[in-house]
Amino acid sequence: MALTDEQIERYSRHIILKEVGAKGQKKLLNAKVLIIGAGGLGAPAAMYLAAAGVGTIGIADADDVDLSNLQRQIIHSTEDVGKPKVKSARETMERMNPGVKVNTYHMFVDAANIRELIREYDFIIDGTDNFPAKFLINDACVLEKKPFSHAGIIRFKGQLMTYVPGEGPCYRCVFKEPPPKDAVPTCKQAGVIGAMGGVIGSLQAMEAIKYIIGKGELLTGYLLTYDALTMEFRKVGLPRDTRRCAVCGEHPTITEPVDYELNVCEDKI
Amino acid sequence: MDEIKFNEQADITDQVCPMTFVKAKVSIDELEDGEVLAIRMNDGEPVQNVPRSMKEEGHKILKLHNNQDGTYTLYVRKVEEG
Repeated sequence: MALTDEQIERYSRHIILKEVGAKGQKKLLNAKVLIIGAGGLGAPAAMYLAAAGVGTIGIADADDVDLSNLQRQIIHSTEDVGKPKVKSARETMERMNPGVKVNTYHMFVDAANIRELIREYDFIIDGTDNFPAKFLINDACVLEKKPFSHAGIIRFKGQLMTYVPGEGPCYRCVFKEPPPKDAVPTCKQAGVIGAMGGVIGSLQAMEAIKYIIGKGELLTGYLLTYDALTMEFRKVGLPRDTRRCAVCGEHPTITEPVDYELNVCEDKI
Repeated sequence: MDEIKFNEQADITDQVCPMTFVKAKVSIDELEDGEVLAIRMNDGEPVQNVPRSMKEEGHKILKLHNNQDGTYTLYVRKVEEG
């Protein structure tokens, strides 16, 4: 499949890059990325992936756009309030780049549907805002052998890590299990600076792009943390817990995804 | 006149920077390691920049031939990165 003149011009700044070129751009055009959560993280990730020409982008979210989302969820506009987030997200992505195919999943992602959902994708982006969903995505990706980018944001802080099957720790190697209820406030209770989603969600898009073109070093085996107030990035090395991890270890006790109970006041995915 | 044999040719005389290099790069990306691309380009900016950019990509410049009509033909051998 040769690139069309329109594609060559649209992606020219990619093609110029030694690490991308026509070959890398074709890989992006053939790639399938699923974004779970069309919120603060998912919005910029989806937009950069659409702009980059990732050929198929899936986006899953059960919520409708709320006025209080617009301070950070830049894929949605004021006129989208009340619309399903996935519909609003698809419309923005299609306006940005009609060459991209967007699959929408207007539903709660849970233990019953996640394995089938992620199966057809090459890379998964966790753009969710709660621990049950983060563990669910991690376990499903380990079980389906899918690479994914984990991220979380709260107040002026953000973090992300990348899981690639067989190449480093999974989220559960590091965090074991969800924290007790109310031990950690949700971003609804605690607040979050809008641009944090832009910083961390864009880094997630960057990880997906590097994975697809096969260049550079991923955040496998590392947690990158960002503190906007002190303007410090830290890259912390993380060991794999091959012996004891309940899902990716030698003797896994988790062989199917699990739904943890969600705090009542928490947003679902 | 030209004794260099080439596998493919590209004409970028209708392009301006940076699309001159982009088009040339797309053409060379389609080739196999060791194959030769002949790129026809205008005098001036393309002649100054395209050969240098090709070299920076790791490809081997074989010859820049003046066509005596305001255009040049650059012969580049593709070097696949390791």
